[in-house]
Parts: sequence; C-alpha cells; structure tokens
Amino acid sequence: MPSLRLQQLRTRHVGPIELNVDGGECVCIHGASGSGKTLLLRAIADLDEHTGEAYLDAQRCSLLSAPDWRRSVALVVAESHWWGECVGEHFETAINTGWLKQLGFPEEAVDWQLSRCSTGERQRLALLRTLMRNPAALLLDEPTGNLDQDSTLRVEELLADYRRQRQSAVLWVSHDSGQMERVAQRRFILCDGGLVEEERGLPCR
Amino acid sequence: MQVITLSPLDLGIAAVLILALAGLSLRLRLGVERQLLTSAARSTIQLFLIGLVLKVLFDNVHLLWVALMAGVMIVVAGREVMVRQKRRFIGWWGFGVGTLSMFVSSFTVTVMALVLVIGTQPWYAPQYAIPLLGMILGNTMNGISLGLDRLTQDAAQKRPIIESRLALGQSWQRAISDSRREAIRVGLIPIINAMSAAGIVSLPGMMTGQILAGTPPVEAVKYQILVMFLIAGGTGFGTVVAVSFAARRLFDERQRLRLDRLSRPRN
Repeated sequence: MPSLRLQQLRTRHVGPIELNVDGGECVCIHGASGSGKTLLLRAIADLDEHTGEAYLDAQRCSLLSAPDWRRSVALVVAESHWWGECVGEHFETAINTGWLKQLGFPEEAVDWQLSRCSTGERQRLALLRTLMRNPAALLLDEPTGNLDQDSTLRVEELLADYRRQRQSAVLWVSHDSGQMERVAQRRFILCDGGLVEEERGLPCR
Repeated sequence: MQVITLSPLDLGIAAVLILALAGLSLRLRLGVERQLLTSAARSTIQLFLIGLVLKVLFDNVHLLWVALMAGVMIVVAGREVMVRQKRRFIGWWGFGVGTLSMFVSSFTVTVMALVLVIGTQPWYAPQYAIPLLGMILGNTMNGISLGLDRLTQDAAQKRPIIESRLALGQSWQRAISDSRREAIRVGLIPIINAMSAAGIVSLPGMMTGQILAGTPPVEAVKYQILVMFLIAGGTGFGTVVAVSFAARRLFDERQRLRLDRLSRPRN
C-alpha cells in the first residue's frame, strides 16, 4: 500500500503543502486557474525546483534517482505530447489489450499513426502509456479534459480499477464537480498557495 | 616557385569592383552601400595588420608567441560562437561551452597534423601552425555555432515533449536524444557538403591561393585534401563535444529541463 506524503512542499507561489494520500485513496484538488495546481503536481514529480520533501512510503524523493522517482510517482498532463510517429513506439512493453478495450480502442490501435488520432484519443493513449509503466502513485492533471461524457466515464472506471488493484495513491486535479463526487474520497481547494480540505467523509467507492 | 607580387595598383583595380557595387546599391536604393564600404575597409585593414603580425611572428619563432596568437584566435572565435546564438547560456557557460570545445578539437587536430603529418621543425613553426589553426578554427566555429543554436532552440520549442519523456521516467540523455542528434547533424552538414562539392563545383580557397602563388597543382591538391580532412575532424569532434556539453547543461542534477539557464531569444 504505497502512500504519497508531502512535507512542507513549496514551489514558487504554492506552499508550504502538507498532504498525505494513502495507498488506494483518490484525492481531488481544484481551484481557480493560476492557483498553481499544475505547479504543485510538477513539483511532486520533481520536474520543477522546490523545497520540502515528497515521500512514497518511507522513500524520500531526493534520495531516489530522478527517473526512478518519476517512474513510481507518475505525472499525466492535460495535453499529451508524443515524440514518435506511431502509437506503439511510445510503449516499452506490449499494451494491455484489456485496458485498450476498456478505453474504447481496438487492438490495432497500437499501429495507429498519431497524426491521425484525435486529441481525445491521444489523451487516453497517453494515460495508458503511463499506466503500462506500473506507477505506485498517480498525479493526474485533468486527465479527462478533452473527452466526451462516455470516454470520461471509461477513463474514470479504468483509473478506479487500477487504483484498487495496485493500491496506488492518486492525486487528481479536476474542474468538474460531478467528477470529483464520483472519484474522490477527499477533496481540497488550492487557494492562496495553500490546500483547504472540503466536506469530509464522502462514501468510498 | 614563381610568385607574382601584387602592386597597390592591382589591388586598386579590384577595389573598383567594390566601389561600382556600392554605386549600384545607391542607385537601386538597396541601402547596403555603407556596410559594403566599411566591411571592405575593415577587411583591408585587418588583413594588413595580421600580415604584419605574421611577419613579426615568422621572424621571431618562439613557442610563447605562437601560443599567444593561438590564444587570441580562440578567444575571438569563442566570442563569435556566443554572439551567433539566438538563445545562449547565461553567464560563463555562454562563452565557455563553445570555446572549450573548440580548444579541445581544433588544438588537438592541429597539433596532431603538425607533429604526425607535416613534421615541421620545430613543431610549432608559425608558417604552418597559424594558418592551419586558423582554417580549422574558422570551420569548427561554424559547426559549433550551428549545432548549439539548433540544440537550444529545439529544446525550447520541444519543451513539452522533453518533459513528457522525463515524466515517463526516461533519463535526460534519452529525453533530449532526438534534439541532440539533429543538432550534431546540422553542425556537420556544411563540411560534408564542402567535401562532396570540392573540385567539381568549387575550387577551395586555400588551394586556389596556393596555385595562384605558384605551387604545382598536384602539391596544392594534396595540401587541400589534408586540410579538408583536418577541418572535417575538427568540426565533427568539436560539434559533438559542444552539443553534448550543452545538452548536459540543459538539465540539472535532478534531471529537470532548465530552460531558465538560457537567455531570452534575440533577433
């Protein structure tokens, strides 16, 4: 049960942040644009300079090599970016076909050209790209931002399955209050650089 | 060897071309006549000065003087590399990356050629050392500045892609590999083109100069081939070293992409 813990984390105008996300728990964060939600996730993934520390269980971020940390605590950004031409070359292992189907893709999607995929398709594939690396904690920055209702529900379902099976800690930035109702056990608002918890005790799904 | 010496009148005839071109620029309102005249004047003065310096240097052969001359050349070349960057590294790195790589490649290649190939006595004989270094340095400078410029601009442009790769747990070497390969390739293209066109499309300047000064063509050709290979080696290794240093410098010890180490783009 890998839990994600932030201790006095501070980056630019965000922080200091104290937060503990248990293994198997999903915590949502929302807040006005510019409040620093993305900055916070980037700092946890150690992509930006920051002070304070993040822990995965007892492991300190600063004691692990940066690639190892980012493999365990994986960031998925709102807009997906790709470097190759074909979907398959971005995966290190064969793609889990069950997950592909769950997100509404046929098995042949591995051979698709990215230039012919829609924004929403690319976003879902980018999520798969990260999940296939089997991270212990997930940092999701509006993972359903470009998706229609049906795809959004598919993504939520896949992420819930993954979270339960892997017992991973999930930190989810969302703008959609309906979505937060559905996925989060706890929710916070990021305001003036600090996290404020909202209405505790939502039923655990 | 028969050298036909040029009189001031001979050079004056050639200068008429420049004056005519300036007149044309004035007539067509191209607006380059001032630049044309000043740069022509500059190159005349600079070349005469370097001629004097070389004359003194050749008359007083001493390692210290040769080294001093080489040092000045490399510092000026390093500055030139820095000035040509659209986004350069902040602080000493802006100057250091190019200069250090040029030092490593140009000096090694020149010394190697002097000691192993030409075998002059002493090895630093300025008649050979300075022109060779100049030619290798000039070309290496081009390759390095093209390569560095490409790398930093590419990294800035592809920042989201590079950071996505980092976020997937790739090492910085893999995350920047595409940009690095492209930058090295861009730095090497001019010398590769020059080598494949040499002799057919263009007669290289050095060889032309030697032939005009009376050297038998076959001897001039041999020197030209030597120089071409030395230039290719110097440019190639210099570009690889410079681009690799720069790529390393784009990431910090936690393998974060640090574009804040580059200055704002200039036009």
